Amino acid sequence: MNILSFVTLFPLLGVVALAFMPKTNTHQIKIVALGISIITMLLSFVMALKYKSPASGFAYVTSHPWVSSFHINYALGIDGLALVLILLTTVLVPIVVLGGWNESEGGRWSVKTFYMLILVLETFMIGVFAATDVFLFYVIFEAMLVPVYFLIGGFGTGERAAAALKFLLYSLFGGLLMLAAVIGIYIISAEQAIGSFDVTALSHLTIDHATQNWLFLGFFIAFAIKAPLWPFHTWLPGAAKAATPGTSILLLGVLDKVGTYGMIRFCLTLFPDATKTFAPYIIVLSVISVIYGAFLAIGQKNLNSLIAFTSISHFGFITLGIFAYTSQGLTGATFYMVNHGFSTAALFLVGGWMISRRKSAAIEDFGGLQRITPVMAWLFFVSGLSALALPGLSSFVCEFLVLLGTFTRYPVAAIIGTLGIVLAALYILILVQRTLHGPLKSGNESMTDLNLREKIAIAPVIAALVILGFYPKPALHVINPSTTSVMAQMNVTDPHVLAGK
Amino acid sequence: MRTSSLLVYLIALPLFSSALLLLLGRIADKWGHILATLITASTFVIGVYEFMKMHSQPSGSRAVTQKLFDWISVGTLKVDAALLLDQLSICFVLLITGVGTLIHIYSIAYMSHDKDRRRFFAFLNLFIAAMLLLVLGDSYLNLYVGWEGVGLASYLLIGFWNHNPTYAVASKKAFVANRVGDLGLSLAIMICFAQFGTVSFAGVKAGAHGASSAALAGIGAMLLLAACGKSAQFPLQSWLGDAMAGPTPVSALIHAATMVTAGVYLISRSNFIFDASSTARLLVVIVGAITLLFGAIIGTAKDDIKKALAASTMSQIGYMILATGLGPVGYAFAILHLLTHGFFKAGMFLGAGSVMHGMDDEVNMRKYGGLAKLMPITAVTFGLGYLAILGVPPFAGFYSKDKIIETAFNAGGIKGILLGGAALLGAAITAFYMTRLMVMTFIGAKRWKAGSHPHESPLLMTLPMILLAVGSVASGFLLSYGSALVHWLQPVVNSQSMEEGKPLMPALTVSLLALGVVVLGAFFAITKYRSVSDLAPEDVSIFTKAARKDLYQDLLNDKVFVEPGTLLTAGLVKTDDRVIDGFVRFVGNFLAATSDVLRKVQNGFVRSYALLMLAGLVITVIAVWVIGA
Repeated sequence: MNILSFVTLFPLLGVVALAFMPKTNTHQIKIVALGISIITMLLSFVMALKYKSPASGFAYVTSHPWVSSFHINYALGIDGLALVLILLTTVLVPIVVLGGWNESEGGRWSVKTFYMLILVLETFMIGVFAATDVFLFYVIFEAMLVPVYFLIGGFGTGERAAAALKFLLYSLFGGLLMLAAVIGIYIISAEQAIGSFDVTALSHLTIDHATQNWLFLGFFIAFAIKAPLWPFHTWLPGAAKAATPGTSILLLGVLDKVGTYGMIRFCLTLFPDATKTFAPYIIVLSVISVIYGAFLAIGQKNLNSLIAFTSISHFGFITLGIFAYTSQGLTGATFYMVNHGFSTAALFLVGGWMISRRKSAAIEDFGGLQRITPVMAWLFFVSGLSALALPGLSSFVCEFLVLLGTFTRYPVAAIIGTLGIVLAALYILILVQRTLHGPLKSGNESMTDLNLREKIAIAPVIAALVILGFYPKPALHVINPSTTSVMAQMNVTDPHVLAGK
Repeated sequence: MRTSSLLVYLIALPLFSSALLLLLGRIADKWGHILATLITASTFVIGVYEFMKMHSQPSGSRAVTQKLFDWISVGTLKVDAALLLDQLSICFVLLITGVGTLIHIYSIAYMSHDKDRRRFFAFLNLFIAAMLLLVLGDSYLNLYVGWEGVGLASYLLIGFWNHNPTYAVASKKAFVANRVGDLGLSLAIMICFAQFGTVSFAGVKAGAHGASSAALAGIGAMLLLAACGKSAQFPLQSWLGDAMAGPTPVSALIHAATMVTAGVYLISRSNFIFDASSTARLLVVIVGAITLLFGAIIGTAKDDIKKALAASTMSQIGYMILATGLGPVGYAFAILHLLTHGFFKAGMFLGAGSVMHGMDDEVNMRKYGGLAKLMPITAVTFGLGYLAILGVPPFAGFYSKDKIIETAFNAGGIKGILLGGAALLGAAITAFYMTRLMVMTFIGAKRWKAGSHPHESPLLMTLPMILLAVGSVASGFLLSYGSALVHWLQPVVNSQSMEEGKPLMPALTVSLLALGVVVLGAFFAITKYRSVSDLAPEDVSIFTKAARKDLYQDLLNDKVFVEPGTLLTAGLVKTDDRVIDGFVRFVGNFLAATSDVLRKVQNGFVRSYALLMLAGLVITVIAVWVIGA
């Protein structure tokens, strides 16, 4: 078994181990889950250290026939794009386990079920980025919904059942469209005597423009719902409000990235002509997402839904960068996916700790925390600075790359998108002022500052944001070749420098 | 170009010390302020050393660089983390580290009773690091990091006492207004990249000639917007008055001597853009002229000593911005005024802090009066700063401000008369409001609150004031002796290249005119404020009312941005729920209603949907498998 398969399947080993443990031994269950996720992370580090950007295609390729008559394979392989997202996943899972040590308790089902779901989800999350077979990708894409559905519906708060259902129905609708497109592209490949679900083979097909448009839409809508892009976003705030912080981190931090990942991996490379046709419209939707998400974030009264709307704004930046299809736009968007994962994780972690201590998610219930819980307040502030893309933090690098890359092809969109940086300052600083500054609000007096476990959980996230902000080279070094290869497959180049040299 | 491995320490030392003080927490309470002060002093030593080395080189090869690492490299965009120290940036390095050290020393005493003094010094060091990065970055993107870094430090320090909600709001306002400016800087960088394929100063300079005039005007206008945010210029000036919520040493260092002058640095640094675009230059002089009058007028009505000084800062930076729009020699005069202003305004702010220190933090000048006798050192050092800002010869401001007025008159035609006239009028109003401030604070009858015991401040506070006062006296003469600064900056801003047009009037006439209006303004203020009430009169002219309200800029911002923005936000929140999600719910309900089967399935149990789905998926997979096999 190659290392990629091993990393992908390793968390399932934890699921098996947990299955044999007694339900009541919650502490041991947590330790095992944490241990398994940490080992998975270390394994993925080993894989990353040995990774060399392939000249073309994917590294760590493995393929086993699954349904041979339809040429469906269990085929895995990664490029830079997939690698950074897999690393994001494997780093975030142990952080979620450690940071939300107690969030598995008091749910509809046992603690054991919670961690089994988390580990199953981890395998799916790694697998979805590693799959190079379109059908395999589709199966995991759909299968992922199940653990998330149970995590929200079974362990969340408030209207968790409704939120989980809405999430599920939205995703199923998108998945259905994608399934049609997956079948469609297979039929075309069969007609052209290739008959394959292999993403590289499919990218060599000659598909007429009109067919491309339909297939593109099938994939794109599924991904736009997942991402989510305006106006397909209305499932997200409810889900974030109901889910536990850990689930929200995995949902917004990783799962939603499958949407933007899919746009690059499938929409751009399989249907380049359709991409060019639809790009201007998607750019418009992206800009709307950026501005709309920011305004909605300003208007939120609930901490979790505020964070969810900031994400809608940030996903707008990501799709903006993708559909500008320039070097800076694509690399920026990919790097943005990673940074947004860390940034949102930080916000949901600290936000979750604040909420669990205050037993309320209403922003108006907080006030003056800086005086009473300085460490928690500082970390919340720093997470906020990352959300508003302060230079020196990694989110600045990617946001700027996206805007720069967009400007060279769509200057007007970039100019409007740049307004997002002012709005981001507003939604973050208003939140910071209301929760952290001012006199101590009643009901906050007995809040306690972070304990060691919580500090350890968030430290790697903050470290990643700072280190990648000052020294993004390792990430960009891996992402750049993927960007180059996507642009080559699309047969596009960067716009020319206007004033010449 | 020569390299120097020392430059990075200018930034790394204060950054490290800032992080250390913040991370160590209370452990560092005892010695944090000492470390922070020593670190800043050491950056000054490095600055002086680099200056000596630079000075010994021939004028064409004085710049030094240091490449740290590849920062961002994507496609054709290549940005190094690299530093550039040339004749322009060394002026700022010495100002920032020199005045910075003095203000650190002053703060040791000024903040001695604050339980968060360590945190204060950590923020000050963060500011020093960011500000040095701003002036040392060798590309617009490096500058941008420092640019937002000083914004962050400013936000943290304005809101240092943010348990007071007003102060918390003031810090937020400053950050947001600055972000509007940052929007300009971002866009300028984007245009530069689209035009020239690079964002380094050298690269943009090399390409500037080949760019279209529209692109150059666009870059210039966006850089000006950035400068307006950071340097509190019209129409983004409204945050500066509120920023006085920060502790007074912060007002002296950040909101008078250094950070707020970053806009002047940005425009001077981008001289190759502004030299090539007359449109951009026109915008610059308009903003400068409006702001210098705007600030001066506001200054006449403020009773809060810090807000009066803040209005004055706005106005004086208006002079500098005006100068940068007047062509190559203007940059040199702008920097000259920036340096002299750095001395006298920082000195006066520290003086104001000393007065507050002795008056139980009272800031209302109507509660002062007759303080000169009890606070002689404060009064004398403040008085020297006062003479400097008025432009009385031979004090510092005389050399710098007169040059700007003169250059403005020489801009030619009606433009020259308007700009020169505005600058001259500004000088008269400056004399008026500064004299008002002097008289109300140090002279006249005591109007103290009961229980006030004004006293002179300790040596740690008066020493920096004395040193800055020396600068207020001598810096103008020293920097302009033999046109020293103009020659010094020549290789960077080409300050000697300007054709000597026929001046509108001889320099002596301008100086005499300026001195005349200054005397008039001061005289008028003395007669009016020799005796004042300790309560602000209500029956004042419409102009005074407007000036007290900062000429209604806040009101305008509220009506044009804040209120519509709030309405829009509320409207969008409703729309999102009712229209967009409403549509989704409608579709859902419609589908559900059309199918009895579906309705039965929708039994509300969380599990059944997912199980159903899982079952469906499994069946699909098995089906595919079976058919396939």
